[in-house]
Amino acid sequence: MEKIQNNKAWFMVLPVLLIVALNAVVPLMTVVNYSVQDTFGNNVFFFEGTRWFNEVLASDRFHGALMRQFFFTFTILAIEIPLGVAIALAMPRSGFWASVCLVLMALPLLIPWNVVGAMWNIYALPDIGLLGFGLNWLGIPFDYTQQPVSAWFTVIMMDVWHWTSLVVLLAYAGLQSIDENYYRAAQIDGASRWAVFRYIQLPKMKHVLTIAILLRFMDSFMIYTEPFVLTGGGPGNTTTVLSIDLVKAALGEFNLGIASAMSIIYFLMTLLVCWLFYTITMQGEKQ
Amino acid sequence: MAQITLDQLAHSYMPNPRSEADFALKQIDHVWEDGGAYALLGPSGCGKTTLLNIISGLLVPSRGRILFDDQDVTALAPEQRNIAQVFQFPVIYDTMTVAENLAFPLANRKVPKDEIEKRVKDTIAMLDLGDKARRRAKGLTADEKQKISLGRGLVRYDVNAILFDEPLTVIDPHMKWQLRTQLKELHHKFGHTMIYVTHDQTEALTFADKVVVMYEGEVVQIGTPEELFDEPAHTFVGYFIGSPGMNVLPCQVEGDRLRLGAQELVLQRRYPQLEGTVEMGVRPEFVGLSANGDGLPITVSAVEDIGRFKIVRARIEGRNFDAVLPEGTEVPANATAVIDPRRINIYQDSHLVRGEA
Amino acid sequence: MTRLRWLVPTLYILFLMLPIYWLLNMSFKTTNEILGGFSWFPAEFTVDSYIDIFTDPTWYSGYINSIIYVGLNTVISVSFALPAAYAFSRYRFLGDKHLFFWLLTNRMAPPAVFALPFLQLYSSLGLFDTHIAVALAHCLFNIPLAVWILEGFMSGVPKEIDETAYLDGYSFPRFFTKIFMPLIGSGIGVTAFFCFMFSWVEMLLAKSLTSVEAKPIAAVMTRTASTSGYELGLLAAAGVLTIIPGAIVIYFVRNYIAKGFAMGRV
Repeated sequence: MEKIQNNKAWFMVLPVLLIVALNAVVPLMTVVNYSVQDTFGNNVFFFEGTRWFNEVLASDRFHGALMRQFFFTFTILAIEIPLGVAIALAMPRSGFWASVCLVLMALPLLIPWNVVGAMWNIYALPDIGLLGFGLNWLGIPFDYTQQPVSAWFTVIMMDVWHWTSLVVLLAYAGLQSIDENYYRAAQIDGASRWAVFRYIQLPKMKHVLTIAILLRFMDSFMIYTEPFVLTGGGPGNTTTVLSIDLVKAALGEFNLGIASAMSIIYFLMTLLVCWLFYTITMQGEKQ
Repeated sequence: MAQITLDQLAHSYMPNPRSEADFALKQIDHVWEDGGAYALLGPSGCGKTTLLNIISGLLVPSRGRILFDDQDVTALAPEQRNIAQVFQFPVIYDTMTVAENLAFPLANRKVPKDEIEKRVKDTIAMLDLGDKARRRAKGLTADEKQKISLGRGLVRYDVNAILFDEPLTVIDPHMKWQLRTQLKELHHKFGHTMIYVTHDQTEALTFADKVVVMYEGEVVQIGTPEELFDEPAHTFVGYFIGSPGMNVLPCQVEGDRLRLGAQELVLQRRYPQLEGTVEMGVRPEFVGLSANGDGLPITVSAVEDIGRFKIVRARIEGRNFDAVLPEGTEVPANATAVIDPRRINIYQDSHLVRGEA
Repeated sequence: MTRLRWLVPTLYILFLMLPIYWLLNMSFKTTNEILGGFSWFPAEFTVDSYIDIFTDPTWYSGYINSIIYVGLNTVISVSFALPAAYAFSRYRFLGDKHLFFWLLTNRMAPPAVFALPFLQLYSSLGLFDTHIAVALAHCLFNIPLAVWILEGFMSGVPKEIDETAYLDGYSFPRFFTKIFMPLIGSGIGVTAFFCFMFSWVEMLLAKSLTSVEAKPIAAVMTRTASTSGYELGLLAAAGVLTIIPGAIVIYFVRNYIAKGFAMGRV
């Protein structure tokens, strides 16, 4: 759509700008402020320059958390995106059963995150939880409070449970936008099921899948509540992802300088990845 | 290429149709001759798209058979029938280039590579898309996209028929004419059987050798454009074809006498005793106006000057009655309508009755 | 293969429902039975946990607090985002694209980063432990989202509608409320749904910004887990109750959910 040049439109954006700035800029300044200072209490601060940044970037602890974060994010993306697309493809296109599917699938998305954590905490308990008990009954030794592998398995299963529906809904919305005649033409052209997916469905879903990948990347990168309630980052620190480590540093150890420097590095990384992804897909779109 | 036979075909979208009214397509028997250019004409919802989808195999009819030459294809899927179809909105594969789009139906049918290349090249030349061959199909204009849709059919040399479902709806007016001309040329050159669905009479009459007029799920007339104009088989055809449509007035017929209010006219033919609603139809082109009172008294309500002729909108006994006069003719003050008796058709319950000469 | 297609969504839904069933199952058991061992159904069916919750003010006020700040946040987010989304969808102005991207970056901000500074900010504003503090804090991610979704819907409305209305002598506020808003009604509904959803499920900020007066249900649940021993039955019942508002909301917007996701443009 052709848009009109009108700088007065700023006035319409102003309220949003103010309220978001209050929430974003002031806390961000606080974080930046902490990240370059040190304190011994009594509100006395010393300027430390980039000391905290150097310390964070050199620490094994940060590297560990970062590696675990990437492992987590890429694993859940690799499972949730293909699975979500497959489910959306298999769903009825309209009618009563489509509604039933949508309502039931959306349910996990509206459960408070700490309840999701608590629910899986109970569900995976080796003695009284269905999942934990079931796996042990099958002869697979499973105890997420003791074994790192079990803990990872549970955290990833929980995220797949919690968020695959988002991908399903987005992919489904993309599929709904395809005109019936595309399928008819493909049938007349003798296209195989795979060709229909590759040349009709996938291109039409590209846009919504971009949104899905972006949202899942951002949200999994900032995940905190669910794994914290489920495993508390344990056993040991085997499932300690970035946010959990950050809150440990800030509130557990009250190490504000380190925590703030971590926050900023962490925030910049998210921003960079999203920006790259955004620019690349936008470029692709223009061509 | 093949002759297509519709044998007692009927279709209902309901699982258990009870009455005639439940059928979207009432029984039809027809043979589409090999190499013919047909138009399926009718208003929206008359069943023409249903019929087209049955021919292409996208729909399985509830009753009857469909034959390509002597082969029964009723149960065959579209890809096994070897037909091509062009839809109302251009269907193209966005991510492919123009050439890849055209190669797609061939690649799906495992045609050898060099053969594909040759045929795609020919088709591109045929459609004047030479300069666009390596471009992504996405950014093209609507008429270019529609050409690609058509090209995907033409590239398969041996298609039994090419079906068009209102293919020019989204095309700019000046491109419509050009594309239609190109279609006719292709038809002359390759002789594919073509079936063209439209609700636009100009499109139908200029494209087709034979026009099939449909109304409420029924085929009401099949004929050349001249036949549709001179002898509409149903009053609907009279209204629908021609601009303005045919004048239809209730009347009485006895032998070769036609009584219309107080007027009596002598017809060219003799008619048997007619039951039900009897009407006469005459095209406005065959109505003249007279100033000396010899004819039907009419009330002129408007005169539209279209340049090459004038349309006189009038009323007779509360019914609309139009006349088309040549350019420059004056409309008299107390005009009466003079009807050419050779051009009168007689209808019984909306269907044409042919008298004896 | 086509005949077995229904199996895929069915198995997936089964996978989704099992943990919820387990929570439901637990909530109808006594604590003793829960700790006693594994069982598919409650042996002694009891609704004591639910009665506890509905009779204890610290429990049910948690729900009320959550609903208040979620409602406040939804209203604030949608009403602030409406004019902004209109500006983005209709006009070009200085820095519009940068502003839009900056707004979206706030959707990417990890709440864990902001928890502590938020606590300090809202304390210094004197808003600590109020509903409005949580509602405002949640605007950080909900307003960008609301602007994003609404802009998508508004761009789908032809500009000619605006122009016709002005020619007919409508003032901007009257045009906006009488003509434009009804046109994007479903868009507003979808946006409100997403604001509700993200505010309802977020617990980290809500927990850090409150202590007694505006304490959300999440914080109450944490207390149960820590102070009064391990009351799994009560915890499960509270969990089940947090699912219900979401389920009701989903039921009402079921036909718009998929569309709402697709309308937002990256």
